[in-house]
Amino acid sequence: MREELQAIEKEALEKIENADQFQQLQQVQVEYLGKKGSITKVLRGMGKLAPEERPVIGELANNVRKTIQAALKEKKEALEKAELEKKLAEETIDVTLPGRPVHFGGNHILTSIIEEIEDLFIGLGYEVREGPEVETDYYNFEALNLPKGHPAREMQDSFYITNEILLRTHTSPVQARTMEAYGGDKPVRMICPGKVYRRDTDDATHSHQFTQIEGLYVDKNVRMSDLKGTLKLFAEKLFGKDRDIRLRPSFFPFTEPSVEMDISCAVCGGDGCNVCKHTGWIEILGAGMVHPRVLEMAGYDPNVYSGFAFGMGPDRIAMLKYGIDDIRRFYTNDIRFLKQFHEA
Amino acid sequence: MLVSINWLKQYIDLGSITPEELAEKITKAGIEVDQIHYVTSEKSENVVVGYVTACEKHPNADKLSLCQVDVGDEQLQIICGAPNVAKGQKVAVAKPGAVLPGNFKIKKVKLRGVESNGMICSLKELGVQEQFIHPDFKEGIVVLPEDAEVGQPVDDILNLDDVVLEFDLTPNRADALSMIGVAYEVAAILDKEVILPKPQVETEKDDHVENYITVHSEAPDACPHYLAYVIKDVEIKPSPMWMQNYLLAAGIRPINNVVDITNYVLLEYGQPLHAFDYDLLNTKEIVVRYARDGEKIVTLDDQERTLKCEHLLITNGKEGVAIAGVMGGKNSEVNDSTKTVLLEAAYFYGGTVRKAVQHTGLRSEASTRFEKGVDPNRVKEAGLRACELLVKYANGKVVSGVSEFIVDEDDVFQTEVKREKVINMNAEEVNKRLGTAIDIETMENILRKLHFAFERNGNDFTVRIPTRRGDITIFEDMLEEVARIYGYDNIPFTLPQNASQPGGLTYGQQLKRRIKQYLHGVGLSEAITYSLTDKKHATMLMSPELSKDYKPIRLAMPLSEDHEYLRLSLLPELLNRLSYNVARKQTDVALYELGAVFLTEEETLTKQPKEHRRLAGAITGVWLNHPWQQDVKRVDFYVVKGIVEGLFRYLNIKETYEPAQIEGMHPGRCATIKVDGEIIGFLGQIHPSLAKEKDLKDTYVFDLNFEWLEQYERQTLAYEPVPKYPSILRDIAFVVKEDVRAGDIKQEIEKLGVPLVKRVEAFDVYRGESIKADEKSIAFNVHFQDPEKTLTDEEVDELFEKIINGVNEKFNAYVRR
Repeated sequence: MREELQAIEKEALEKIENADQFQQLQQVQVEYLGKKGSITKVLRGMGKLAPEERPVIGELANNVRKTIQAALKEKKEALEKAELEKKLAEETIDVTLPGRPVHFGGNHILTSIIEEIEDLFIGLGYEVREGPEVETDYYNFEALNLPKGHPAREMQDSFYITNEILLRTHTSPVQARTMEAYGGDKPVRMICPGKVYRRDTDDATHSHQFTQIEGLYVDKNVRMSDLKGTLKLFAEKLFGKDRDIRLRPSFFPFTEPSVEMDISCAVCGGDGCNVCKHTGWIEILGAGMVHPRVLEMAGYDPNVYSGFAFGMGPDRIAMLKYGIDDIRRFYTNDIRFLKQFHEA
Repeated sequence: MLVSINWLKQYIDLGSITPEELAEKITKAGIEVDQIHYVTSEKSENVVVGYVTACEKHPNADKLSLCQVDVGDEQLQIICGAPNVAKGQKVAVAKPGAVLPGNFKIKKVKLRGVESNGMICSLKELGVQEQFIHPDFKEGIVVLPEDAEVGQPVDDILNLDDVVLEFDLTPNRADALSMIGVAYEVAAILDKEVILPKPQVETEKDDHVENYITVHSEAPDACPHYLAYVIKDVEIKPSPMWMQNYLLAAGIRPINNVVDITNYVLLEYGQPLHAFDYDLLNTKEIVVRYARDGEKIVTLDDQERTLKCEHLLITNGKEGVAIAGVMGGKNSEVNDSTKTVLLEAAYFYGGTVRKAVQHTGLRSEASTRFEKGVDPNRVKEAGLRACELLVKYANGKVVSGVSEFIVDEDDVFQTEVKREKVINMNAEEVNKRLGTAIDIETMENILRKLHFAFERNGNDFTVRIPTRRGDITIFEDMLEEVARIYGYDNIPFTLPQNASQPGGLTYGQQLKRRIKQYLHGVGLSEAITYSLTDKKHATMLMSPELSKDYKPIRLAMPLSEDHEYLRLSLLPELLNRLSYNVARKQTDVALYELGAVFLTEEETLTKQPKEHRRLAGAITGVWLNHPWQQDVKRVDFYVVKGIVEGLFRYLNIKETYEPAQIEGMHPGRCATIKVDGEIIGFLGQIHPSLAKEKDLKDTYVFDLNFEWLEQYERQTLAYEPVPKYPSILRDIAFVVKEDVRAGDIKQEIEKLGVPLVKRVEAFDVYRGESIKADEKSIAFNVHFQDPEKTLTDEEVDELFEKIINGVNEKFNAYVRR
């Protein structure tokens, strides 16, 4: 019987070894380990054995069973693994093919620039104000120290609707409106972006509609040096710390003293080129100390309050920053233009 | 203003400063120098005055002249090709060895067998830039003045080494519209003295102006001061070459000595003058008065002008002889036979002149100065200066006396305009306002440099502002003067010392940014378009909740029909932007815009319109393009609706959609969007005929009342526990007639399913086999949930049965098995 069991073991292990399908393993299971299997058959003949031999053979039979079971398990796992590998190999795809596209849009470049400026000044304690695009003559001109008959407010430069109502020519009326709203006794720190309109024929450098953003800071003891410091901070943030700034005296009816700010030309680094008209400088914004008449008309006592204001054109800033050669690009909205500014 | 540096040197010692350095300093002190023009491109060497002693025809060439030219130390035989060369002329001679611009070296040559020892030059050959060449010398050689000294270099005579600074003047700096004014500015910058002309005129003792003229102003509110000088026996001829050169440098064409002198003084003093031919006035009086409505005058440019009663006219007592401050009349123009000149020096207020300029379109050097304001105390002296020059360069004789009109002593012209303003300036206040620490000595020095008279008592300055600086009227103006001469660069950089305030965006502004981010996330690009459009597009595709009574607002003076009206919808221009892209082969475009439309019911505006902000989008072409997996989707109604629905979910606002008929939209693919029963926008496909007109394929739009979204009071976010108990999902398909809408069934299910039905979604629409031709089957997912416990099938069955019966009854439906 010993020989018989050993033969069974050998035969079964050979079959397991040669199996390449789960079904074959199943057959081995039934054939050798099943209730009617070979080992059971052998064990049935145990009665004929001498009693002292029985436990020996019993143990042997048990070991054979275990060996076959272990071999079956091992082979089954090997087959499973092979099958999985085969499946995975079949599932391999070309990872270089394009993915299902996800669209993303983004802000118009002018909005991006406006938001960047807004965020800078919000950090400095400013709020954002907006005002009407169709303005009264009073807020657009008179409240800004541009009385009727002033040369800077000729009919042909502005889009009038009636004698008293026009499309605002700058965002400055929001300054007057904001100061009025503050009632003449509270500090004002605000920035106002928006669309403005001038009676210009559209070409590469003129647009009948464009954007402006202005800032206003009114409080007690505001100094011109504060304006300089604020503008420097602004220029560094928007154009980088390596650009120089220069302030020149200028004239605006609503500020006195008035300032124009230049930044060193990024194209030539200040050596002079066509972009900066060979001066090394590019004009970037107008500013000044709020004119006492403007403060007064908005209800602030110029003997108590002073302030500064500044204004600039996001269109111009974008053109300089990105080398855009035609202001009409902003308004034709070519998707190939818009998309370039959608990156994070 | 074009400023000749050589001319400027008549009034100020500029030392050795280069034009570039000077331009930089002037710019930094507040007058922007826009450009620097050199009179010649390059310097010539060895070009001298020559005297043509003989001029004959070249023996072998018809078009050449053989000239003998005295150049001082020698006599040169020169062949000249210019038609205008003649015996007796003084000319510019490039001697052998001379070098002309372009490295053109002059040598002895033989021309057609005859020796030529040098060249008689044209201005162009001397390198003079086009704009500085006298029209008479555009062709041919330049002829020098008779008094030019033979053998001397021509550079000075022809002003070859001059450089012209082009100022971009701000409107306040009228003072810099004169050479003397510029000299004061430069003197302040360089700390120099100003050398003023001191006109000296010897008059005819025995002939008095009263014999010729009396002047009177009937409009003292427009002309408070009028002076007339009479200069007789004038000889009309060209003005001296140096004067012509300076005028050319300033951009003014020389005419004759009399006209040139008035222009020269205009540029020198900033005071416009006018010369009349006295004999052509035909009367002995000048009356300044307002024109009569419809009164006509022919101006110097031969144009007949019809005036209005607001325009100021200079008359001879009968008819107009000049439009005051703008242009003279043809009838009294100085001409070649003029013998006696009546010279007008007057002060006209800017407003009156501006009206005439706007009316006639005549903007001149004179009118520009009057409009901006001339120095009221230089009128008389400018007149005298012109008299002096007329004596010198027109051989005129000035009759004694001046006929003068001036308003009474108590008139504002006398009490204010002509008076120097006095401004008090406290040194501490200056430093406080500028944020500087300028000491008293420096401040005094600045005032001295500006040539402003002042007194000082401790820190208190009393400054007298010269009338040439009409722009300085208040303390803040002085603040700027001090700051700019001190140097803006020298003001420190500080930040305000005031208590800080929290800044930030309002809720609405934050919401605006979030909504924009949502739209960017789903693939829309922001567009910014024009608010002005044409008549047709102004009212196209208005949202249905906007009143039909709103009228597009028209500009009083539009520049073109394309931008004539303010828009009532953002969509038309967005569609135009889509067309623009499609025409450039960009066929798949999704744009949105957030902007104002302008609402008024008024025919003529008496108040500002309501500015109503809207959020609109337009999409055309392929929405999802993933062809290699056969996943390509063109935009359709449900793409746009999905975007809008997503927005409302994002904002936590519950909206509904109802079919709508809107002009310009597809009648079967358009819906209004309602919240709480109120229309707040619409969406859908634009009408195929509109799409065709715009060269667009299927195009879908949405348009929402942004203000409404911004102001809607949403429920504050309330946390609900994540359900502990499982939900139960049941599917059901109803067969209904074609005109029954899924949204209505869904609403009914929700209504019937209270409180256990949490969500209902249509997931399939089927037409075809086993369904009648005019019917369709719509299948729904119905989600049941009880937050308190696990639902049993029995509970769900009972409610589900109720829903099925209810829907069947309401919509005449039956369940598809």
